[in-house]
Amino acid sequence: MESKLLTEFYHLDEFRGIDGYKKNGGYVDLGRALKMQPQQIIDEVKASGLRGRGGAGFPTGTKWSFLPKNGEPRYLLCNADEGEPGTFKDRLMMERAPHQLIEGMIISAFAIGSKKSYIYVRGEYHYPISVLEKAIREAYDAGYLGKNILGSGFDHDMDVYSGAGAYICGEETGMISSLEGAKGQPKLKPPFPAVQGYLRKPTIVNNVETLAAVKYIIRDGAQAYRKHGTEKSPGTKLFSLSGNVMKPGNYEVPLAYPLIDLINKEGGGMKSGRKLKAVIPGGSSAPVITAAEVEKATLDYECLAGMGTMLGSGAVIVIDDSQCMVDMLGVLTHFYHHESCGQCTPCREGTGWLNKIVHSILEGKGRLQDIELLEKVADNMKGRTICALSDAAALPVLSFVSKFRDEFEFYVREGRSKVKGTTYAEMHH
Amino acid sequence: MAFNLSEEGIKKVKQELSRYETKESAIIPSLFVAQKENNGWVNNDVIHALSKVMDIPASKINEVFKFYTMFNQKKVGKFHVQVCTNISCALNGSRELANHICHELKTKFEEVTPDGRFTVSKVECLGSCGTAPMMQVNDKYYENLTHESAMNLLRGMK
Ligand SMILES: Cc1cc2nc3c(=O)[nH]c(=O)nc-3n(C[C@H](O)[C@H](O)[C@H](O)COP(=O)(O)O)c2cc1C
Ligand code: SF4
Ligand code: FES
Repeated sequence: MESKLLTEFYHLDEFRGIDGYKKNGGYVDLGRALKMQPQQIIDEVKASGLRGRGGAGFPTGTKWSFLPKNGEPRYLLCNADEGEPGTFKDRLMMERAPHQLIEGMIISAFAIGSKKSYIYVRGEYHYPISVLEKAIREAYDAGYLGKNILGSGFDHDMDVYSGAGAYICGEETGMISSLEGAKGQPKLKPPFPAVQGYLRKPTIVNNVETLAAVKYIIRDGAQAYRKHGTEKSPGTKLFSLSGNVMKPGNYEVPLAYPLIDLINKEGGGMKSGRKLKAVIPGGSSAPVITAAEVEKATLDYECLAGMGTMLGSGAVIVIDDSQCMVDMLGVLTHFYHHESCGQCTPCREGTGWLNKIVHSILEGKGRLQDIELLEKVADNMKGRTICALSDAAALPVLSFVSKFRDEFEFYVREGRSKVKGTTYAEMHH
Repeated sequence: MAFNLSEEGIKKVKQELSRYETKESAIIPSLFVAQKENNGWVNNDVIHALSKVMDIPASKINEVFKFYTMFNQKKVGKFHVQVCTNISCALNGSRELANHICHELKTKFEEVTPDGRFTVSKVECLGSCGTAPMMQVNDKYYENLTHESAMNLLRGMK
Protein backbone atom coordinates (compact mmCIF):
# COMPACT_ATOMS: atom_id res chain seq x y z
CA MET A 1 0.00 0.00 0.00
CA GLU A 2 1.19 3.51 -0.78
CA SER A 3 2.25 4.82 2.59
CA LYS A 4 2.96 8.45 1.85
CA LEU A 5 0.32 10.88 2.98
CA LEU A 6 2.06 14.06 4.01
CA THR A 7 5.02 13.86 1.68
CA GLU A 8 3.34 12.48 -1.44
CA PHE A 9 3.85 15.72 -3.39
CA TYR A 10 6.97 17.04 -1.70
CA HIS A 11 9.04 16.42 -4.83
CA LEU A 12 6.92 18.95 -6.73
CA ASP A 13 8.20 22.51 -6.52
CA GLU A 14 4.75 23.84 -7.35
CA PHE A 15 3.38 22.27 -4.14
CA ARG A 16 4.91 25.18 -2.23
CA GLY A 17 2.65 27.81 -3.78
CA ILE A 18 -1.10 28.04 -3.43
CA ASP A 19 -1.90 27.22 -7.07
CA GLY A 20 0.24 24.11 -7.20
CA TYR A 21 -1.04 23.07 -3.82
CA LYS A 22 -4.65 23.38 -4.95
CA LYS A 23 -3.88 21.49 -8.16
CA ASN A 24 -2.80 18.56 -5.99
CA GLY A 25 -5.79 18.34 -3.68
CA GLY A 26 -5.09 21.40 -1.56
CA TYR A 27 -7.87 23.11 0.40
CA VAL A 28 -10.48 20.57 -0.79
CA ASP A 29 -10.62 19.11 2.68
CA LEU A 30 -10.99 22.51 4.29
CA GLY A 31 -14.15 22.99 2.23
CA ARG A 32 -15.38 19.60 3.33
CA ALA A 33 -14.53 20.19 6.99
CA LEU A 34 -16.36 23.51 7.10
CA LYS A 35 -19.54 21.67 6.15
CA MET A 36 -19.15 19.27 9.09
CA GLN A 37 -20.06 19.92 12.71
CA PRO A 38 -16.94 20.83 14.74
CA GLN A 39 -17.66 17.96 17.12
CA GLN A 40 -17.77 15.57 14.17
CA ILE A 41 -14.22 16.58 13.27
CA ILE A 42 -13.03 16.08 16.84
CA ASP A 43 -14.69 12.65 16.87
CA GLU A 44 -13.02 11.74 13.59
CA VAL A 45 -9.60 12.80 14.90
CA LYS A 46 -10.24 10.80 18.07
CA ALA A 47 -11.30 7.76 16.06
CA SER A 48 -8.18 8.03 13.90
CA GLY A 49 -6.02 7.49 16.96
CA LEU A 50 -3.66 10.28 15.85
CA ARG A 51 -0.99 10.90 18.48
CA GLY A 52 1.03 14.07 18.89
CA ARG A 53 4.14 14.09 16.72
CA GLY A 54 6.05 16.62 18.83
CA GLY A 55 7.50 14.12 21.26
CA ALA A 56 5.06 12.95 23.88
CA GLY A 57 2.68 11.04 21.59
CA PHE A 58 -0.43 12.21 23.42
CA PRO A 59 -3.72 11.42 21.60
CA THR A 60 -4.70 14.57 19.73
CA GLY A 61 -8.47 14.15 19.82
CA THR A 62 -8.36 13.56 23.57
CA LYS A 63 -6.31 16.70 24.10
CA TRP A 64 -8.83 18.71 22.12
CA SER A 65 -11.65 17.33 24.30
CA PHE A 66 -10.07 18.88 27.40
CA LEU A 67 -11.10 22.33 26.19
CA PRO A 68 -13.91 23.85 28.21
CA LYS A 69 -17.25 23.53 26.46
CA ASN A 70 -18.20 27.16 26.52
CA GLY A 71 -17.88 30.09 24.19
CA GLU A 72 -14.69 31.36 25.85
CA PRO A 73 -12.09 32.50 23.27
CA ARG A 74 -9.38 29.90 22.70
CA TYR A 75 -6.12 29.77 20.83
CA LEU A 76 -4.41 27.25 18.61
CA LEU A 77 -0.61 27.26 18.74
CA CYS A 78 1.45 25.33 16.27
CA ASN A 79 4.73 24.19 17.76
CA ALA A 80 7.40 24.72 15.12
CA ASP A 81 10.22 25.31 17.56
CA GLU A 82 11.91 22.07 16.46
CA GLY A 83 14.87 22.11 18.80
CA GLU A 84 15.23 18.45 19.72
CA PRO A 85 18.69 17.51 18.43
CA GLY A 86 18.40 15.22 15.43
CA THR A 87 15.02 16.55 14.33
CA PHE A 88 14.57 18.40 11.02
CA LYS A 89 11.19 17.25 9.72
CA ASP A 90 9.12 20.31 10.60
CA ARG A 91 11.54 22.46 8.67
CA LEU A 92 11.02 20.28 5.59
CA MET A 93 7.25 20.42 6.01
CA MET A 94 7.20 24.21 6.28
CA GLU A 95 9.56 24.69 3.35
CA ARG A 96 7.95 22.15 1.04
CA ALA A 97 4.30 22.42 1.95
CA PRO A 98 3.39 25.53 3.93
CA HIS A 99 -0.22 25.35 2.74
CA GLN A 100 -0.59 21.80 3.98
CA LEU A 101 0.16 23.01 7.49
CA ILE A 102 -2.07 26.05 7.09
CA GLU A 103 -4.96 23.91 5.83
CA GLY A 104 -4.53 21.43 8.68
CA MET A 105 -4.49 24.33 11.12
CA ILE A 106 -7.64 25.98 9.79
CA ILE A 107 -9.49 22.65 9.97
CA SER A 108 -8.22 22.10 13.52
CA ALA A 109 -9.10 25.66 14.54
CA PHE A 110 -12.62 25.21 13.19
CA ALA A 111 -12.96 21.96 15.13
CA ILE A 112 -11.94 23.52 18.44
CA GLY A 113 -13.66 26.85 17.79
CA SER A 114 -10.56 29.03 17.71
CA LYS A 115 -10.50 32.36 15.93
CA LYS A 116 -6.78 32.96 16.26
CA SER A 117 -3.69 30.82 15.79
CA TYR A 118 0.04 31.31 15.87
CA ILE A 119 2.80 29.27 14.37
CA TYR A 120 5.73 29.57 16.79
CA VAL A 121 8.84 28.95 14.69
CA ARG A 122 12.37 28.79 16.05
CA GLY A 123 14.17 32.02 15.25
CA GLU A 124 16.97 30.41 13.28
CA TYR A 125 14.45 29.25 10.66
CA HIS A 126 14.52 32.53 8.70
CA TYR A 127 13.76 30.84 5.42
CA PRO A 128 10.82 28.68 6.63
CA ILE A 129 9.40 31.78 8.33
CA SER A 130 9.49 33.72 5.08
CA VAL A 131 7.85 30.80 3.24
CA LEU A 132 5.07 30.62 5.83
CA GLU A 133 4.47 34.36 5.83
CA LYS A 134 4.06 34.35 2.08
CA ALA A 135 1.73 31.35 2.19
CA ILE A 136 -0.42 32.95 4.89
CA ARG A 137 -0.81 36.05 2.70
CA GLU A 138 -1.83 33.82 -0.20
CA ALA A 139 -4.37 32.04 2.00
CA TYR A 140 -5.90 35.37 3.07
CA ASP A 141 -6.10 36.53 -0.54
CA ALA A 142 -7.85 33.30 -1.50
CA GLY A 143 -10.40 33.64 1.32
CA TYR A 144 -9.17 30.65 3.36
CA LEU A 145 -8.24 32.95 6.24
CA GLY A 146 -10.00 36.03 7.59
CA LYS A 147 -13.71 36.62 7.91
CA ASN A 148 -16.44 34.20 6.87
CA ILE A 149 -14.12 31.57 5.38
CA LEU A 150 -15.65 30.07 2.21
CA GLY A 151 -19.03 31.47 3.23
CA SER A 152 -19.16 29.24 6.32
CA GLY A 153 -19.51 32.03 8.84
CA PHE A 154 -16.26 30.87 10.49
CA ASP A 155 -13.60 33.55 11.05
CA HIS A 156 -9.97 32.77 11.63
CA ASP A 157 -6.74 34.76 11.76
CA MET A 158 -3.28 33.23 11.64
CA ASP A 159 0.16 34.68 12.24
CA VAL A 160 3.75 33.54 12.62
CA TYR A 161 5.87 34.25 15.70
CA SER A 162 9.62 33.92 15.65
CA GLY A 163 11.46 32.53 18.65
CA ALA A 164 14.95 33.75 19.45
CA GLY A 165 17.04 30.72 20.32
CA ALA A 166 16.00 28.59 23.30
CA TYR A 167 15.30 24.85 23.21
CA ILE A 168 13.01 25.19 26.20
CA CYS A 169 10.54 27.22 24.14
CA GLY A 170 9.61 23.93 22.46
CA GLU A 171 8.05 22.84 25.73
CA GLU A 172 4.45 23.92 25.39
CA THR A 173 4.21 26.14 28.46
CA GLY A 174 7.67 27.59 27.78
CA MET A 175 6.38 28.47 24.33
CA ILE A 176 3.35 30.15 25.81
CA SER A 177 5.54 32.24 28.14
CA SER A 178 7.69 33.21 25.20
CA LEU A 179 4.73 34.17 23.04
CA GLU A 180 3.45 36.30 25.90
CA GLY A 181 6.64 38.31 25.68
CA ALA A 182 8.48 36.88 28.68
CA LYS A 183 11.43 34.58 29.27
CA GLY A 184 10.52 31.20 27.80
CA GLN A 185 10.19 29.50 31.15
CA PRO A 186 7.76 26.58 31.54
CA LYS A 187 4.84 26.89 33.92
CA LEU A 188 3.63 24.40 36.47
CA LYS A 189 0.89 22.02 35.24
CA PRO A 190 -1.99 21.79 36.06
CA PRO A 191 -3.59 23.94 34.86
CA PHE A 192 -2.92 22.43 31.45
CA PRO A 193 -2.88 24.79 28.48
CA ALA A 194 -6.19 23.38 27.22
CA VAL A 195 -7.78 24.87 30.32
CA GLN A 196 -5.52 27.87 30.89
CA GLY A 197 -2.83 28.64 28.35
CA TYR A 198 -1.88 31.64 26.24
CA LEU A 199 -3.04 34.81 28.05
CA ARG A 200 -4.73 32.42 30.51
CA LYS A 201 -7.20 31.39 27.83
CA PRO A 202 -7.80 27.79 26.78
CA THR A 203 -5.05 26.87 24.31
CA ILE A 204 -4.22 23.87 22.20
CA VAL A 205 -0.57 23.32 21.37
CA ASN A 206 0.21 20.83 18.62
CA ASN A 207 3.25 20.00 16.56
CA VAL A 208 3.53 20.91 12.85
CA GLU A 209 3.23 17.30 11.73
CA THR A 210 0.23 16.60 13.98
CA LEU A 211 -1.74 19.53 12.58
CA ALA A 212 -0.84 18.75 8.98
CA ALA A 213 -1.98 15.13 9.48
CA VAL A 214 -5.48 16.32 10.41
CA LYS A 215 -6.09 17.20 6.76
CA TYR A 216 -5.53 13.59 5.73
CA ILE A 217 -7.82 12.26 8.44
CA ILE A 218 -10.57 14.46 7.02
CA ARG A 219 -9.65 13.50 3.46
CA ASP A 220 -9.55 9.73 3.97
CA GLY A 221 -11.61 9.27 7.13
CA ALA A 222 -10.43 7.81 10.40
CA GLN A 223 -10.81 4.20 9.32
CA ALA A 224 -8.69 4.63 6.20
CA TYR A 225 -6.07 6.52 8.20
CA ARG A 226 -5.91 3.57 10.57
CA LYS A 227 -4.90 1.26 7.72
CA HIS A 228 -1.42 2.69 8.20
CA GLY A 229 0.49 1.67 11.30
CA THR A 230 -0.91 -0.36 14.19
CA GLU A 231 -3.93 -0.31 16.48
CA LYS A 232 -2.17 1.80 19.11
CA SER A 233 0.18 3.69 16.79
CA PRO A 234 -1.91 4.46 13.74
CA GLY A 235 -0.86 6.50 10.73
CA THR A 236 2.37 7.46 9.07
CA LYS A 237 5.20 9.51 10.48
CA LEU A 238 8.16 11.44 9.22
CA PHE A 239 11.46 10.16 10.57
CA SER A 240 14.52 12.40 10.50
CA LEU A 241 17.39 10.03 9.85
CA SER A 242 20.86 11.37 10.63
CA GLY A 243 24.31 10.38 11.82
CA ASN A 244 26.57 7.83 10.19
CA VAL A 245 24.27 6.64 7.38
CA MET A 246 24.75 6.88 3.62
CA LYS A 247 21.53 8.75 2.89
CA PRO A 248 20.40 10.86 5.81
CA GLY A 249 17.10 12.66 5.31
CA ASN A 250 13.42 12.74 6.17
CA TYR A 251 11.44 9.62 5.36
CA GLU A 252 7.72 9.10 5.78
CA VAL A 253 6.84 5.51 6.66
CA PRO A 254 3.91 3.86 8.42
CA LEU A 255 4.36 3.57 12.17
CA ALA A 256 5.74 0.20 13.27
CA TYR A 257 8.14 0.21 10.32
CA PRO A 258 11.27 -1.82 11.19
CA LEU A 259 14.06 0.45 12.40
CA ILE A 260 16.71 -1.61 10.67
CA ASP A 261 14.89 -1.17 7.35
CA LEU A 262 14.81 2.58 7.81
CA ILE A 263 18.58 2.50 8.24
CA ASN A 264 19.38 0.03 5.48
CA LYS A 265 16.66 0.61 2.87
CA GLU A 266 15.72 4.28 3.15
CA GLY A 267 19.07 5.29 4.60
CA GLY A 268 21.22 3.18 2.28
CA GLY A 269 23.06 1.52 5.16
CA MET A 270 26.09 2.63 7.09
CA LYS A 271 28.58 5.17 5.77
CA SER A 272 32.14 4.19 4.84
CA GLY A 273 31.35 0.51 5.32
CA ARG A 274 31.40 0.87 9.09
CA LYS A 275 29.39 -1.20 11.52
CA LEU A 276 26.32 -0.11 13.39
CA LYS A 277 26.95 0.40 17.08
CA ALA A 278 23.95 2.21 18.51
CA VAL A 279 20.88 4.26 17.67
CA ILE A 280 19.13 7.07 19.49
CA PRO A 281 15.65 6.46 18.09
CA GLY A 282 13.61 9.51 19.09
CA GLY A 283 15.74 12.63 19.38
CA SER A 284 18.51 13.32 21.85
CA SER A 285 16.21 12.89 24.86
CA ALA A 286 15.49 9.25 24.01
CA PRO A 287 17.64 6.56 25.66
CA VAL A 288 20.13 4.95 23.30
CA ILE A 289 19.73 1.34 22.12
CA THR A 290 22.42 -1.09 20.98
CA ALA A 291 22.83 -2.62 17.52
CA ALA A 292 21.37 -5.89 18.80
CA GLU A 293 18.27 -4.06 20.05
CA VAL A 294 17.95 -2.17 16.77
CA GLU A 295 17.37 -5.49 14.98
CA LYS A 296 14.22 -6.06 17.02
CA ALA A 297 12.91 -2.51 17.10
CA THR A 298 9.91 -1.23 15.19
CA LEU A 299 9.12 2.44 14.95
CA ASP A 300 5.97 2.67 17.03
CA TYR A 301 5.30 4.12 20.46
CA GLU A 302 4.74 0.75 22.17
CA CYS A 303 7.71 -1.17 20.85
CA LEU A 304 10.21 1.54 21.70
CA ALA A 305 8.65 2.17 25.13
CA GLY A 306 8.93 -1.56 25.74
CA MET A 307 12.64 -1.30 25.07
CA GLY A 308 12.99 1.46 27.63
CA THR A 309 13.32 4.21 25.06
CA MET A 310 10.85 6.29 23.06
CA LEU A 311 9.69 7.34 19.63
CA GLY A 312 9.86 11.00 20.66
CA SER A 313 10.06 13.38 17.73
CA GLY A 314 11.05 10.62 15.29
CA ALA A 315 14.67 11.67 15.06
CA VAL A 316 16.70 8.53 14.42
CA ILE A 317 20.38 9.19 15.14
CA VAL A 318 22.66 6.43 13.88
CA ILE A 319 26.04 5.86 15.54
CA ASP A 320 28.78 3.71 14.02
CA ASP A 321 31.54 1.70 15.68
CA SER A 322 34.17 4.42 15.20
CA GLN A 323 32.40 6.71 17.66
CA CYS A 324 33.33 7.10 21.31
CA MET A 325 30.22 6.95 23.52
CA VAL A 326 31.83 8.95 26.34
CA ASP A 327 32.56 11.71 23.85
CA MET A 328 29.00 11.59 22.46
CA LEU A 329 27.48 11.71 25.93
CA GLY A 330 29.60 14.81 26.57
CA VAL A 331 27.89 16.47 23.60
CA LEU A 332 24.48 15.71 25.09
CA THR A 333 25.24 16.74 28.68
CA HIS A 334 26.63 20.01 27.37
CA PHE A 335 23.42 20.61 25.45
CA TYR A 336 21.06 20.02 28.39
CA HIS A 337 23.20 22.06 30.74
CA HIS A 338 23.14 24.92 28.25
CA GLU A 339 19.37 24.67 27.74
CA SER A 340 18.09 24.20 31.30
CA CYS A 341 16.06 27.31 32.08
CA GLY A 342 17.22 27.20 35.69
CA GLN A 343 13.88 27.38 37.51
CA CYS A 344 14.12 23.99 39.23
CA THR A 345 17.07 23.08 41.43
CA PRO A 346 17.34 19.38 40.43
CA CYS A 347 17.50 20.34 36.76
CA ARG A 348 19.72 23.42 37.06
CA GLU A 349 22.22 21.75 39.37
CA GLY A 350 21.85 18.26 37.95
CA THR A 351 22.54 19.19 34.33
CA GLY A 352 25.60 21.11 35.53
CA TRP A 353 26.90 18.16 37.52
CA LEU A 354 26.33 15.67 34.72
CA ASN A 355 28.22 17.83 32.28
CA LYS A 356 31.05 18.46 34.70
CA ILE A 357 31.49 14.79 35.54
CA VAL A 358 31.43 13.57 31.92
CA HIS A 359 33.91 16.26 30.91
CA SER A 360 36.23 15.49 33.78
CA ILE A 361 36.26 11.87 32.57
CA LEU A 362 36.93 13.10 29.03
CA GLU A 363 39.82 15.19 30.28
CA GLY A 364 41.37 12.17 31.94
CA LYS A 365 40.52 13.29 35.47
CA GLY A 366 37.73 10.79 36.11
CA ARG A 367 37.55 8.32 38.97
CA LEU A 368 35.72 4.99 38.89
CA GLN A 369 33.18 6.20 41.44
CA ASP A 370 32.30 9.03 39.03
CA ILE A 371 30.45 6.53 36.87
CA GLU A 372 28.17 5.67 39.77
CA LEU A 373 27.93 9.32 40.65
CA LEU A 374 26.61 10.02 37.15
CA GLU A 375 23.87 7.48 37.71
CA LYS A 376 23.05 8.86 41.14
CA VAL A 377 22.82 12.44 39.93
CA ALA A 378 20.69 11.40 36.95
CA ASP A 379 18.35 9.38 39.18
CA ASN A 380 17.77 12.40 41.38
CA MET A 381 16.73 14.52 38.41
CA LYS A 382 13.78 12.37 37.43
CA GLY A 383 10.15 13.29 38.00
CA ARG A 384 10.76 16.22 40.31
CA THR A 385 10.64 19.28 38.11
CA ILE A 386 8.27 21.70 36.39
CA CYS A 387 8.90 20.31 32.93
CA ALA A 388 10.32 17.19 31.32
CA LEU A 389 13.70 18.66 30.35
CA SER A 390 15.25 17.37 33.55
CA ASP A 391 14.16 13.80 32.76
CA ALA A 392 15.21 14.30 29.15
CA ALA A 393 18.72 15.12 30.38
CA ALA A 394 18.87 12.24 32.84
CA LEU A 395 17.60 9.38 30.66
CA PRO A 396 20.31 9.47 27.97
CA VAL A 397 22.98 9.48 30.70
CA LEU A 398 21.55 6.40 32.38
CA SER A 399 21.28 4.53 29.07
CA PHE A 400 24.77 5.47 27.83
CA VAL A 401 26.39 4.46 31.10
CA SER A 402 24.49 1.18 31.50
CA LYS A 403 24.82 0.03 27.88
CA PHE A 404 28.39 1.16 27.20
CA ARG A 405 29.84 0.87 30.68
CA ASP A 406 33.05 -0.72 29.38
CA GLU A 407 33.83 2.44 27.41
CA PHE A 408 33.35 4.61 30.48
CA GLU A 409 35.45 2.34 32.68
CA PHE A 410 38.23 2.14 30.12
CA TYR A 411 38.28 5.92 29.75
CA VAL A 412 38.54 6.40 33.51
CA ARG A 413 41.30 3.81 33.89
CA GLU A 414 43.39 4.80 30.87
CA GLY A 415 42.56 8.46 30.48
CA ARG A 416 41.78 7.96 26.81
CA SER A 417 39.01 6.65 24.57
CA LYS A 418 38.67 2.91 24.20
CA VAL A 419 37.42 3.31 20.63
CA LYS A 420 39.62 6.13 19.38
CA GLY A 421 42.67 5.26 21.44
CA THR A 422 43.29 8.97 21.95
CA THR A 423 42.51 11.64 24.52
CA TYR A 424 39.72 14.20 24.20
CA ALA A 425 42.08 16.95 23.06
CA GLU A 426 43.61 14.69 20.43
CA MET A 427 40.22 13.55 19.17
CA HIS A 428 39.07 16.85 17.75
CA HIS A 429 42.12 18.45 16.22
CA MET B 1 27.54 57.14 21.63
CA ALA B 2 23.89 56.61 22.39
CA PHE B 3 21.97 54.34 20.09
CA ASN B 4 18.83 55.49 18.35
CA LEU B 5 16.55 53.48 16.13
CA SER B 6 16.24 54.74 12.56
CA GLU B 7 12.87 56.03 11.39
CA GLU B 8 12.40 52.81 9.51
CA GLY B 9 13.25 50.87 12.68
CA ILE B 10 10.76 52.85 14.75
CA LYS B 11 8.11 52.14 12.14
CA LYS B 12 8.83 48.41 12.31
CA VAL B 13 8.73 48.38 16.11
CA LYS B 14 5.40 50.22 16.09
CA GLN B 15 4.01 47.66 13.65
CA GLU B 16 5.09 44.84 15.94
CA LEU B 17 3.53 46.64 18.91
CA SER B 18 0.11 46.51 17.30
CA ARG B 19 0.52 43.08 15.72
CA TYR B 20 -0.08 40.83 18.73
CA GLU B 21 -2.60 40.52 21.54
CA THR B 22 -0.17 42.03 24.02
CA LYS B 23 2.44 44.70 23.69
CA GLU B 24 5.07 42.54 25.42
CA SER B 25 4.96 40.05 22.54
CA ALA B 26 6.65 42.74 20.47
CA ILE B 27 9.82 42.62 22.60
CA ILE B 28 11.46 39.72 20.76
CA PRO B 29 10.73 41.01 17.24
CA SER B 30 11.81 44.53 18.24
CA LEU B 31 15.07 43.26 19.73
CA PHE B 32 15.77 41.65 16.35
CA VAL B 33 15.12 44.97 14.59
CA ALA B 34 17.37 46.87 16.99
CA GLN B 35 20.14 44.26 16.96
CA LYS B 36 20.32 44.50 13.19
CA GLU B 37 20.63 48.29 13.35
CA ASN B 38 23.34 48.04 16.01
CA ASN B 39 25.67 45.87 13.89
CA GLY B 40 24.51 42.56 15.27
CA TRP B 41 24.58 43.01 19.01
CA VAL B 42 22.65 44.58 21.86
CA ASN B 43 23.88 46.71 24.75
CA ASN B 44 22.28 48.91 27.39
CA ASP B 45 21.86 51.83 25.01
CA VAL B 46 19.87 49.64 22.67
CA ILE B 47 17.66 48.41 25.52
CA HIS B 48 16.99 51.97 26.64
CA ALA B 49 16.21 53.17 23.14
CA LEU B 50 13.71 50.33 22.75
CA SER B 51 12.25 50.99 26.17
CA LYS B 52 11.45 54.55 25.14
CA VAL B 53 9.92 53.67 21.80
CA MET B 54 7.94 50.73 23.19
CA ASP B 55 6.99 52.27 26.52
CA ILE B 56 8.01 49.06 28.29
CA PRO B 57 10.41 49.16 31.28
CA ALA B 58 14.05 48.56 30.32
CA SER B 59 14.31 45.89 33.02
CA LYS B 60 11.58 43.85 31.32
CA ILE B 61 13.25 44.12 27.90
CA ASN B 62 16.59 43.26 29.44
CA GLU B 63 15.20 40.13 31.04
CA VAL B 64 13.92 38.86 27.69
CA PHE B 65 17.12 39.88 25.91
CA LYS B 66 19.29 37.86 28.31
CA PHE B 67 17.20 34.70 27.98
CA TYR B 68 17.57 34.05 24.25
CA THR B 69 20.78 33.01 22.53
CA MET B 70 20.06 34.75 19.24
CA PHE B 71 20.60 38.11 20.91
CA ASN B 72 24.29 38.83 21.14
CA GLN B 73 25.53 40.34 24.37
CA LYS B 74 28.93 41.09 22.87
CA LYS B 75 30.14 42.58 19.61
CA VAL B 76 30.29 40.09 16.75
CA GLY B 77 31.97 40.22 13.38
CA LYS B 78 30.16 41.23 10.21
CA PHE B 79 29.73 37.52 9.55
CA HIS B 80 28.68 35.49 12.54
CA VAL B 81 29.75 31.93 11.77
CA GLN B 82 27.76 29.47 13.88
CA VAL B 83 28.83 25.86 13.58
CA CYS B 84 26.44 23.28 14.98
CA THR B 85 28.30 20.92 17.28
CA ASN B 86 25.33 18.92 18.51
CA ILE B 87 25.10 15.18 18.11
CA SER B 88 24.28 14.49 14.45
CA CYS B 89 26.81 17.07 13.35
CA ALA B 90 29.38 15.85 15.90
CA LEU B 91 29.01 12.36 14.42
CA ASN B 92 30.03 13.93 11.13
CA GLY B 93 33.06 15.86 12.30
CA SER B 94 31.55 19.26 13.11
CA ARG B 95 33.81 19.97 16.08
CA GLU B 96 36.87 19.34 13.96
CA LEU B 97 35.32 21.65 11.35
CA ALA B 98 34.71 24.38 13.91
CA ASN B 99 38.30 24.12 15.14
CA HIS B 100 39.56 24.16 11.55
CA ILE B 101 37.64 27.35 10.77
CA CYS B 102 39.08 29.07 13.85
CA HIS B 103 42.56 27.91 12.92
CA GLU B 104 42.29 29.15 9.34
CA LEU B 105 40.81 32.48 10.37
CA LYS B 106 43.48 32.74 13.07
CA THR B 107 40.91 33.41 15.74
CA LYS B 108 39.34 31.94 18.86
CA PHE B 109 35.68 31.13 19.48
CA GLU B 110 33.51 34.16 20.30
CA GLU B 111 36.21 36.66 19.32
CA VAL B 112 36.01 39.18 16.50
CA THR B 113 38.76 38.88 13.90
CA PRO B 114 41.00 42.00 13.72
CA ASP B 115 39.49 42.99 10.35
CA GLY B 116 36.03 42.88 11.95
CA ARG B 117 34.74 40.33 9.48
CA PHE B 118 34.22 37.15 11.51
CA THR B 119 33.14 35.73 14.81
CA VAL B 120 33.05 31.95 15.09
CA SER B 121 30.69 30.25 17.56
CA LYS B 122 29.77 26.68 18.39
CA VAL B 123 26.00 26.35 18.65
CA GLU B 124 23.37 23.72 19.43
CA CYS B 125 21.27 21.81 16.88
CA LEU B 126 19.95 24.02 14.08
CA GLY B 127 17.53 21.51 12.57
CA SER B 128 19.82 20.63 9.73
CA CYS B 129 21.06 17.31 11.06
CA GLY B 130 20.54 15.40 7.81
CA THR B 131 22.98 17.65 5.98
CA ALA B 132 25.75 17.63 8.57
CA PRO B 133 28.12 19.20 9.17
CA MET B 134 26.59 22.61 8.72
CA MET B 135 26.94 26.23 9.75
CA GLN B 136 24.73 29.25 9.87
CA VAL B 137 26.31 32.53 8.77
CA ASN B 138 24.07 35.45 9.73
CA ASP B 139 20.62 34.40 8.45
CA LYS B 140 21.69 31.65 6.05
CA TYR B 141 22.35 27.92 6.37
CA TYR B 142 25.29 26.24 4.62
CA GLU B 143 25.04 22.47 4.62
CA ASN B 144 27.00 19.32 3.78
CA LEU B 145 30.27 21.12 4.44
CA THR B 146 33.83 19.95 4.10
CA HIS B 147 36.80 21.84 5.56
CA GLU B 148 37.54 23.15 2.08
CA SER B 149 34.01 24.13 1.07
CA ALA B 150 33.45 25.93 4.37
CA MET B 151 36.64 27.96 3.99
CA ASN B 152 35.87 28.77 0.35
CA LEU B 153 32.45 30.06 1.34
CA LEU B 154 33.84 32.13 4.20
CA ARG B 155 36.71 33.60 2.19
CA GLY B 156 34.17 34.73 -0.41
CA MET B 157 32.16 36.72 2.15
CA LYS B 158 33.08 40.34 1.93
C1 LIG C 1 12.23 20.28 26.74
C2 LIG C 1 11.14 20.04 25.77
C3 LIG C 1 11.26 20.44 24.45
C4 LIG C 1 10.25 20.23 23.53
N1 LIG C 1 10.42 20.65 22.24
C5 LIG C 1 9.43 20.46 21.33
C6 LIG C 1 9.57 20.91 19.99
O1 LIG C 1 10.60 21.48 19.60
N2 LIG C 1 8.54 20.72 19.13
C7 LIG C 1 7.38 20.11 19.53
O2 LIG C 1 6.46 19.96 18.73
N3 LIG C 1 7.22 19.66 20.79
C8 LIG C 1 8.21 19.84 21.70
N4 LIG C 1 8.03 19.42 22.99
C9 LIG C 1 6.72 18.82 23.35
C10 LIG C 1 5.69 19.91 23.69
O3 LIG C 1 5.79 20.23 25.05
C11 LIG C 1 4.25 19.44 23.43
O4 LIG C 1 4.06 18.22 24.05
C12 LIG C 1 3.91 19.27 21.97
O5 LIG C 1 4.19 20.43 21.24
C13 LIG C 1 2.45 18.93 21.82
O6 LIG C 1 2.14 18.72 20.45
P1 LIG C 1 1.73 17.28 19.92
O7 LIG C 1 0.74 16.71 20.88
O8 LIG C 1 1.14 17.55 18.59
O9 LIG C 1 2.96 16.48 19.86
C14 LIG C 1 9.05 19.59 23.93
C15 LIG C 1 8.92 19.17 25.25
C16 LIG C 1 9.95 19.37 26.16
C17 LIG C 1 9.77 18.89 27.56
S1 SF4 D 1 12.93 21.12 34.46
FE1 SF4 D 1 14.68 22.37 33.86
S2 SF4 D 1 14.06 23.34 31.94
FE2 SF4 D 1 12.18 22.52 32.88
S3 SF4 D 1 11.35 24.23 34.05
FE3 SF4 D 1 12.67 23.10 35.46
S4 SF4 D 1 14.70 24.10 35.29
FE4 SF4 D 1 13.48 24.77 33.54
S1 FES E 1 22.76 18.24 15.17
FE1 FES E 1 23.61 19.77 13.93
S2 FES E 1 21.91 20.61 12.90
FE2 FES E 1 21.02 19.14 14.24
